[in-house]
Formats: sequence, structure tokens, C-alpha cells
Amino acid sequence: MDKSTQLAEQCQQRFAAELHAVKVQHGEVTLEVGRKDLLTVATALRDETPFKFDALMDVCGVDYLDYGKSEWVGDDATSTGFERGVMRERKLQAHEFTGPRFAVVYHLLSIALNQRIRVKVRLEEADLLVDSVVEIWPSANWFEREAFDFYGILFKGHPDLRRILTDYGFIGHPFRKDFPLSGYVEVRYDATQQRVVYEPVDIEPRVLVPKVIRDDSRYRHPDIQEGATDAGDP
Amino acid sequence: MPEIRNYTINFGPQHPAAHGVLRLVLELDGETVKAADPHIGLLHRATEKLAETKPFNQSIGYMDRLDYVSMMCNEHGYVLAIEKLLGVSAPKRAQYIRVMFDEITRILNHLLWVGAHALDIGAMTVFLYAFRERETLLDCYEAVSGSRMHATYYRPGGVYRDLPVQMPQYQASKWHSEREVHKLNENRQGSLLDFIEDFTRIFPGCVDEYETLLTDNRIWKQRTVDIGVVSPERAIALGFSGPMLRGSGVEWDLRKKQPYEVYGDLDFKIPVGVNGDCYDRYLVRMEEMRQSNDIIKQCVQWLRANPGPVMLPDHKVTPPTRVDMKEDMEALIHHFKLFTEGYCVPEGEAYAAVEHPKGEFGVYLVSDGANKPYRLKVRAPGFSHLAALGEMCDGHLLADVVAILSSQDIVFGEIDR
Repeated sequence: MDKSTQLAEQCQQRFAAELHAVKVQHGEVTLEVGRKDLLTVATALRDETPFKFDALMDVCGVDYLDYGKSEWVGDDATSTGFERGVMRERKLQAHEFTGPRFAVVYHLLSIALNQRIRVKVRLEEADLLVDSVVEIWPSANWFEREAFDFYGILFKGHPDLRRILTDYGFIGHPFRKDFPLSGYVEVRYDATQQRVVYEPVDIEPRVLVPKVIRDDSRYRHPDIQEGATDAGDP
Repeated sequence: MPEIRNYTINFGPQHPAAHGVLRLVLELDGETVKAADPHIGLLHRATEKLAETKPFNQSIGYMDRLDYVSMMCNEHGYVLAIEKLLGVSAPKRAQYIRVMFDEITRILNHLLWVGAHALDIGAMTVFLYAFRERETLLDCYEAVSGSRMHATYYRPGGVYRDLPVQMPQYQASKWHSEREVHKLNENRQGSLLDFIEDFTRIFPGCVDEYETLLTDNRIWKQRTVDIGVVSPERAIALGFSGPMLRGSGVEWDLRKKQPYEVYGDLDFKIPVGVNGDCYDRYLVRMEEMRQSNDIIKQCVQWLRANPGPVMLPDHKVTPPTRVDMKEDMEALIHHFKLFTEGYCVPEGEAYAAVEHPKGEFGVYLVSDGANKPYRLKVRAPGFSHLAALGEMCDGHLLADVVAILSSQDIVFGEIDR
């Protein structure tokens, strides 16, 4: 039994009540917990012996709004002719995805025991609130500010939840999938007013290479793939 | 009684010692720093969001522009994440080339760092010395990728092409006579590997030169010893990695602890500090340059003895050769599909981390089975280092802020992303 499966089993035993799912993929363990249990699970992961995750390496938000939606499906090319144009408005559901729209993903590292784990908390769009882990790992501070800035996820108990990477006075949460890549405003220096002015963007959003999801036969049997060597795997 | 109160000043966003576009709001009590609040994001380019709109391979070039002084290491993290999701790994020779260029990049990064750090503290000469060696290494970048900085050389499944057998040479011009050019070309007579080997012979002497200028220098020690001390426990809690963590005395290096590529087969040592101050971080990085030099030597030896492919022959991921395309229809179709649509990556998520010159550079990739990343998150080492700046500066003098900031090896390309 390799290290990651062993870790997954230890988690399963310890957090039987709290865990929604445990997954091992590419030698990485992913725990999915409900947000009410996040702090208890996080504290246990930091302090208890088989885990000892003393460092939080990363926190990030994920928006699953467009998950599994492709901009161009070419499978029916023979029956209806080759589809050349790409409709920007239309997105095709290539495979089913259900579940809350947002997630916060924590990447933990144990320097003492040399292992990694990923903890995921799913959040509904209507209620984007999750407990802050700043008290457990101080390094979460800026990462949570970033997730708030990009996705609008609120962290309860965060000492200083300000925007971090976007402009002063920025409106909206730019990494959400419904936020256009070109944004809403652009800035320029206005010589007559002698100051920088904000104007609506005049860029037409466009797709250069449409997103396609291919049902690739090589990946149909995940159990066979799992045996292949994982590059850079510890 | 005059009224005495603290005052707040802006350090940056345009300041030569701010290492780019940092706006630091400092609250001062006389010359003592009471609080430091870094405002970042002035160089934010939404690299991660841009990557979500492009096929996987088209974002490799963006990775160079994250930490723009250690270009190939950024590419490495991204490429490893893709390879992990695809379930492929590069041929042995490509892995050695990657490791060799990772270490060349580490030296490039540390040279720029030592130059800029010394310049911030007031030593001008080191900067000039360091750029002399950087020039040689950037020539290696150019020889292998055609570009001196933004190489886009690593690809999922290998590296773009094999090392050149002839090192490019200088040509005589109206600025350089035949005689000058002849002298410049002396170490460029053979292949790139000969050129790099020649560099590894002279480089330890160069590091000695920098150390002569700094290590026992009284002013240097006054400015760095006991400045910005971080305890090992605190360094771990703050999410430090790389030389910042090792400077505090934690033995942690991904190249040793979680070896990727061929680091497991190579012989090198990990320098660790004792006090966790700016001086120890300086010593750690100086020793790392010597160790990197040794790794490069070992790679050159191996690469000389073992010719072979540098790309996987799996043409669903890597392009076929030009020759094949002329004769083989399959190859032509593969080429067309790869360069128009790209390749689809199986559904899943992966986190790949490399020991970047600045610390742990992690790439978290979520794929929904499409030809573009669904979500890309770059875990930049400098981000958590800069987050701790306020804590590290607390109680120090204004002049020490500059020393602490530059000892963190801050580059805004990766922090603002």
C-alpha cells in the first residue's frame, strides 16, 4: 500500500463523521469536508500524529459554473456537417456536473512527516461564507484575501479581509466564470481633466481557440492509467 | 511640549529598492517601523484567468513572465502539473536537460538577487560582477531556445529541442574587430555542453569573488546580522519555503525530500542557516550557487554520455517531426490537431511543486477534460514571504526594511501574477 492510500485511510478512520469524500488521484489525497467541520478537521490535521500538517502552502477559490461545458462539440460533424463558427453565447454541456458552485481548496504540507494533502470545502453561491483558518495557519492571511478578492468568498474571523490584487475601488470578482476576460472598465489618462479616467471597455470578447471536451479513449479506463508513472510524484 | 506622534509614509510604488512595484505603507515612530502594510497587485495581469482561455501549451510562455528572473523553473512547475494529469513523463535525457537548466536558472536568479541585495544595502560592485556571469548563462538560454529570457523551452513530454551541437559565435562588426571577436569566441568553439562546462570551471572562483566583497565585510555584517530574524517554527507557520525557510534552520528542500525528475540520482548538499537573519539567508544562497554548479557539472557529464530523444513519441501530446509530416498522413493530422485545438487533458486535479530558486513554486491545475485548464492556480513562493514582511520589519529601523525586503528575494511578476 503506498503512502497516499495509507494517508487516505487514516483520514477516513479519524474523520469518519466529518468527511464528505476522500479521493486519491495521481498520488494526491483530497478530503472534502463540510464548512461547519472545517476548523475541527483543520486543527486535527495540524496537531495529530499521523497528519502533522504544520504548513499551509496555498488557499484558492474555484468556480465550477462552467465545469464540463464546452464551446464546441464536434462529434456530430458527420450528420450535420462540420461546425465552423463558434457561438459565444452558447455553451454545451459535455458532461454532467452537479453540486455547489464554489469551492475553497487548501493545500497542506507536513514538513515533519513529508506528506501533502488537499482539503476542499464546497460552497453554495447564495451563502459564500467559510471559517477563516488564519488562527490555525497564519500563512492563510493573504491567500484568503486573494480568494475573497477573486471570488467574493467571505472568511469568517479573518482579521483584515481587504482586496489584495485588484485595483483600489475595483467592482466585482474577476475570477468568477461569468466575469468577462476583458473586464468592464479600462483606464486612460485624460489630458483635459488632468487625471486618470475609467471608461467602459471597447474590446469585443472573442474566443480564439474554442474549448472542446473530447471523449478520449485513452482515458476511459482510469484504473489502467493509474498504473502509469506519475511525473514528479514523491 | 511639542506634540510627538507617529507618521505614515509611502515607500514606493516607484522606488529603486522596492524591487518592482511594491507600495509599502509604513507607520514610523521616529526612524523605528511600527507597522508595515504592503499593497500589492500593481503588476497583476490575471495570468491564471488568461490561462483558462487558452490551450494548455499556449500558457507556457506566460509562466516565464511570472517570476521573470527564474523563467524555466516556472515552466517546469506548470509542465509537471500537466504531465501529472496526462500520466506521462519526459524521457530521461529531457529530464536531465530540465534539471540542468533549472540549476542554471537558480544561479541566474541568485546572481541577480545578490547583486540587487548588495546594491540596496550600498555595495555597487557586486552588481557589476554578478551581471558578468549572468551574461554567460543567458547566452545558454539563447542557444537552446532562441530567447534570452522568456524561453518557452519546456513542453509537456520533454523539452522543445535537443541541445545545439555548435555554440553560436560572435561575428565581427564595426564595433568589434576580428581580434576582439576571436577572443570572445574562445570558449564558444565547441557545443553548448562544452560552453556550460567551461562556465562551471570558472564559476566557483566567481562566487569566491562575491564572497570576498561581502562575507567578512564589516558594513555588510552590520546591515544584515540579526536583521529580520525568523524562528524555524514561525517560518513554517508563515508558509515560508526555499532559502527563507532554510535560512531559519529548517532542513527542507523539495529536490531532496520529494525528488522530481532526476534529482534523486544527483549528488548535492542542502545548506541550512542557524539564526534566521538576513546574513544567514545570504550565506544559504551563496552556498546554493556552488551546489547548483556541481549539479550542472554532473548533468553535463551525463548528457555527454547519453544521447537520445528529448520528447515523448506520443503525438497526441507532442508534435511530430517535420520530416514525418511530409510523408505520413497520421503525422500531418496530429500536427494540425495539436496546433489548432491542442490536446485534451483527462478530468481531474493535480498539484505539482518544484523547488524554485525562491521557494516552493506550486501549480494547482483543475481539468474538466477539455483542451484548456479549467482552473490554474499558481502558488508563488514570494507571496507568503511578502505577507510576512510586516511581522519581520516590526521594531526595525527604516533602513532595515530595505535589507529585509531584498533578503526575501521579491519579484513582483510572481507575487502579482
